Parts: sequence; C-alpha cells; structure tokens
Amino acid sequence: MSTHAFKPDLPPPTLSVGALGWMRANLFSNWFNTALTFAALYLIWLIVPPVLSWALFDATWTGSTRDDCAAGSGACWVFIQSRFAQFMYGFYPPELRWRVDLTVVLAIVGAVPLFVRAMPKKLVYGAAYLLVYPWLAFWLLYGGLGLEIVETSQWGGLMLTLVIAVVGIAGAMPLGILLALGRRSEMPAIRVICVTFIEFWRGVPLITVLFMSSVMLPLFLPEQVTIDKLLRALIAVILFEAAYIAEVVRGGLQAIPKGQYEAARALGLGYWRMMGLVILPQALKMVIPGIVNTFIALFKDTSLVIIIGLFDLFNSIHQATVDPAWLGFAIEGYVFAALVYWIFCFGMSRYSMRLERRLHTGHKR
Amino acid sequence: MKIVKSTLVSAVTVAALGLSAQASAGTTLDAVVKKGFVQCGVSDGLPGFSYTDARGNFLGIDVDVCRGVAAALFGDASKVRFTPLTAKERFTALQSGEVDILSRNTTWTSSRDAGMGLNFTGVTYYDGQGFLVSKKLGVTSAKQLDGAAVCIQAGTTTELNLSDYFRANGMKYTPITYDKSDETVKALEAGRCDVLTSDQSQLYAQRIKLADPEAYIVLPEVISKEPLGPVVRQGDDEWFNIVRWTLFALVNAEELGITSANVENLARSSQNPDVRRMLGAEGEYGKDLRLPRDWAVKLVKQVGNYGEMFERNVGMGSELKIQRGLNALWNAGGLQYAPPIR
Repeated sequence: MSTHAFKPDLPPPTLSVGALGWMRANLFSNWFNTALTFAALYLIWLIVPPVLSWALFDATWTGSTRDDCAAGSGACWVFIQSRFAQFMYGFYPPELRWRVDLTVVLAIVGAVPLFVRAMPKKLVYGAAYLLVYPWLAFWLLYGGLGLEIVETSQWGGLMLTLVIAVVGIAGAMPLGILLALGRRSEMPAIRVICVTFIEFWRGVPLITVLFMSSVMLPLFLPEQVTIDKLLRALIAVILFEAAYIAEVVRGGLQAIPKGQYEAARALGLGYWRMMGLVILPQALKMVIPGIVNTFIALFKDTSLVIIIGLFDLFNSIHQATVDPAWLGFAIEGYVFAALVYWIFCFGMSRYSMRLERRLHTGHKR
Repeated sequence: MKIVKSTLVSAVTVAALGLSAQASAGTTLDAVVKKGFVQCGVSDGLPGFSYTDARGNFLGIDVDVCRGVAAALFGDASKVRFTPLTAKERFTALQSGEVDILSRNTTWTSSRDAGMGLNFTGVTYYDGQGFLVSKKLGVTSAKQLDGAAVCIQAGTTTELNLSDYFRANGMKYTPITYDKSDETVKALEAGRCDVLTSDQSQLYAQRIKLADPEAYIVLPEVISKEPLGPVVRQGDDEWFNIVRWTLFALVNAEELGITSANVENLARSSQNPDVRRMLGAEGEYGKDLRLPRDWAVKLVKQVGNYGEMFERNVGMGSELKIQRGLNALWNAGGLQYAPPIR
C-alpha cells in the first residue's frame, strides 16, 4: 500500500510577492494607476534633485561672511551658523545664557519622573512641580534676588517662542477646563459669563487681540504707566486659547453618558469630586487629539507676535535677513524656521499619539 | 442754575489744571535722567537704518541718532535701550510714553506733525522714491522710461507717486505689483519688469539681493519727498531742543571738520571760535540746553559727525554704498544744514 505523497507547494508566482508584487498591486494595477505613478515619479524627479542639491550638495557649510557663499550655487548655511545663537536666545546677554539653558534642563529633568510609570506619589510630585517650577523658571530667566535682571525686551529667539507657547498652554488649559465646566453649569449667571467669554474670544482673530493689546491698551493707561509688552502678549494668548480649549473639553464632557454622573452622585460625591475623580479623567482622555491640535496651532501662532515687535524665533530670523552684511539670504532663514517649527510640532503630535495609546482603556474595540 | 454753573466752572478748572499739570510734568528730560538711559523706538529691521548684527548690537543711522542723544546727555552712547516697533504701533508707543524718542525712518508729513501730537526734530535722511534699472537697458534718466513695465510693492504710497510722475510727464507704463519687496527683486532679475521703484534707501538694499548688483543702477531722479527724522512728543520743548540740537551738532561738526578722530585735540587746541563754542571751550551752548559743557565732544567722539555716521551705516563704508546726494552738506550741493552756534 503506497501512501500518496503530496508534491511540495509551488512558490507563489514571483510577480505577486515581494517588492515586485507590491508594486504591481499598488502602483500599476490598471492603466490609470500606472499613469499616476509615472506622473508622480516625474514630479519627484523634477523637485527632489534640485532641492537636495540646493540644500545639501551645492550648499556652503563653512565660512564666516557672505563672500564665502558667493562661490556656491546652493544654500548658504553659514548665515544660519553665524546667527544661530541669536535665533535661539534673541538678545539675551551672552554671558547669562547659561540661565536659559539651566531653565530648559531643569524643566526636562524635573519632568522625567512624571513619565516613569512606576513612580510612587506621582500626583503629589506633579503638583509640587507645577507649583515650584514656574517661579524658579521666572527667577532664572528674568532675574532678581541676587541674579542680574534681564528685561523681557531682551528675550528672543526660540526661547521666547517656547516661553509664549509653554505659558500659553499652561495657563489656557486650567482656565479652559473651568470655562467648559462653567458653560455646562446649572447656575445661570456662571453659564452666561462663560458663554459670553468663550464666544467673545472665539469671535476675534488672535492677530487682532495682540494688536489691540499693543496699540490700543497703552492709550487707555495713564502716561508713564506701561505694562510689559511680553506680559500683554501672554495674557492675550492665554485668554484666547482658553476659549478654544473650553470648547474642546466641552466636547469631551458631552460624550460622557449621564449614567456616569448619576453613579458618581449615588456614591455621595460632591460636584468637584465628581468632576475631578469621575468625569474629567474620562472626558479629557477622549479629547486628547483636540487638545493637542489646539496646542500645535498655538505653537505656530506664537509667530504672530511679529506684529507687536516681539522677537520670537521667526522675527529673529526676519531681523537677521535685513542685516546689510547678509542681505539676500531670506530663503535659508525661512527654511530653517520651518524646520524648527516642524520638529516641535511633530514631537508634540507623536507624544500625543503615545499618550492616547497608553490611556486607551475601556473604549478599545 | 448757579450751582450748575459753579460746578461747571470748577470742572473746567480741574480739567485745565489737569492738563497743565500733565504738560509741565511731561519733562521727559527729568524722567530720562532719573532712570539713567534713553528709551529709543527703532524699526523692526531696515538695512542701514536699524538692524542687529550677529552679536545682537543695534546698528544703523536711526540707532546712531539715539546713541547720540545718550552721549550728549550722559556722556555715554551706550546708555540707551532700544524698543523695536512695527510701523503700526510706533506712534502709540511714543504717545503713551513707552519710548522717549521715535527714531524709526518716519516720514515727516503735515498730518503727523500737526495732527498727532508729535514733533519732528529734524531730518536725518532725505529719502525719496527712485528707480532701479538694469544697465543693459541703456537708460540714464527716468524720463526715458516711457512704456516701461514697472515692479512695485502693492499698497504703498509708491504706487500713487509713480502714477502721478508718469502722468505728469505724459508717459505710459505697465504696473506689475507684488506683495513683498523680495518678490519685486526676483521679478526684476527674471526680466518680468524693466524697472523697480521704491524709496531710494530701499533700492540700494534691494540691489544687494540681486545676483549681480553691478549690472544695475539707481537712476538719479527722485520723484517724491520723504524726509525721515526722529520724533518726540509735542509739548515738551526742553526735550525737543535736546534731540534737535543733537542732530544739528552732528551736521555742524561735519561742516566744521570735527571728526571722532580729531575732536579731543580740537577741543583743547582749536582757535576757531565756531569750534570753540561748539566744543564748550567758550560760551554757554551746553548750559542753555541743560547739557554738560563738553557734550558735543562726547557726542562726536562716540558717534562721529553726520558724514561719518552716514558713510558708516549707508554710505561707502557700508554694504549699501548710497551716494550722499540730497544728504550732502548745504555747501556741497545737498540739503543738510544746521543753524549756527552763537
């Protein structure tokens, strides 16, 4: 009795597996896709090599003056190099720039424990960090109490961009949550106030708010009384962004089933404990994409302070392009600005994705 | 009725008192001396006029005016702080007291001088709209530009001046407008227009941005008047005098041949009465202005005379290479003129 021996399976046709197969399925599946593929290839060939040769191969990397760039046909990164410190710190006195560095290092070092999952008493630590760090950062950046004072008019560059963005985010978040709660409050006075506030600030463009704060406000104040320009901008940014955050958070609150409220009340929780322990943790988790979206928009909107003469990253770069020694290198400057903004925004978006995955409990399908 | 009247009178009196108190309390000089530095509003970036170098120092003609006032007041040109201002916020910043002087390429016009509570202290730079053309065109005068395609920046008074000029001379042109000044430069280079028009001081800066600046020239015609100068608040004559006479001292110094190199020698040894009066060797020039006796020495020593200031920032000593033109001294064919010291 002979047993039937199956022949070994033939490998799939070479044209349907591997890179070739993938290309056949995705790029050349019919004549229309084929045409699109070739059009795209042609576009890439048209754009990528010249950009690369401009930005990398033909670019000038070393030197110190514009004459060093005269020979090269590509980008002049020498310009960025020679101004790099100013793009980072603005007019902050060079001998005091360690204070800015220290502020950043402290922020990172201080925040690390918050990201260690096994860390005990995280809430206490986080609260302490939020209470202590802002004062420390302000003391280091501005000075006083033994440190030389650096006026805010000397702050600039990426440092100023980060100050506006971080203070804006840190200030707008709690205010926005309060406004969202207020808008859903059962007390008419609070509800009306919150609705008015939100609708007012959402109804005006940020550029108008900044402009009013810098051009109109001083006219209403008595002579010799001036409020710091940066402070005015910060308040404007916080109030403006809080209105947006409030609406995002309200979206989350509305998505929480009524049963959750009733269950919390049945457990005997008061309003604040119900919100803090039951409703907000669920609601905020759901609106992470919306909140991060707002923050990314805020980070990019900081460049609007150019219209009130604050030297953030973008304005520092603009300022450098009008130096007669470097006229005509604006493109390099703006490419650099785009790169820095992109790094920060991309970082924020990646972090938010991680956060979403980690907190994605209960709603997973 | 009587009560109403007396209330009205007292209200008016209070208002009048309030106003007069403000006018006399507005002694910018005292406030500046008290805080120890001059707060100066400058541009947020204009080549040659105010810009920053790689180390963050402010440079330019507008900047030097403020440094000059600081040198005159304190004997130290570094006792000045700069507030970069955008074109829109500049007058508010001056009116609200945020800055003591506005030195920000601001054109002296009737509406600004008379209508806004401001005083122009003089003219640091006589600017005007001009034309930049390629040498290949073979044009030597703006009168030969009939039928030309002209690149302009949209939304500026240049557009209006241009149409006035061509109409007045019975010539035709095709305007090609762009939003940004950089775009007009690229368009000129690409040959999309024959000529680029803007304020002359800007034209020289835009010429540098061209791949081959030598192939282009700025035509001699100036078709509009744009006198640029520092501005102070109206109603504070003491401060106004100091800023105005600082400008005059810069021009007088050039006329008398006083430079930053020889000023100290001249202060000691010059026999020329004009020089002696100016540098404080005789007369009461400084005292009348409530300035130190040797203020002009410190001023010229640290900032230079007008000519030095011009050449260093926008003239042959700079990248811009602007000719003196209208900004030459009155005895050299220009308009820069200062009253005598006596």
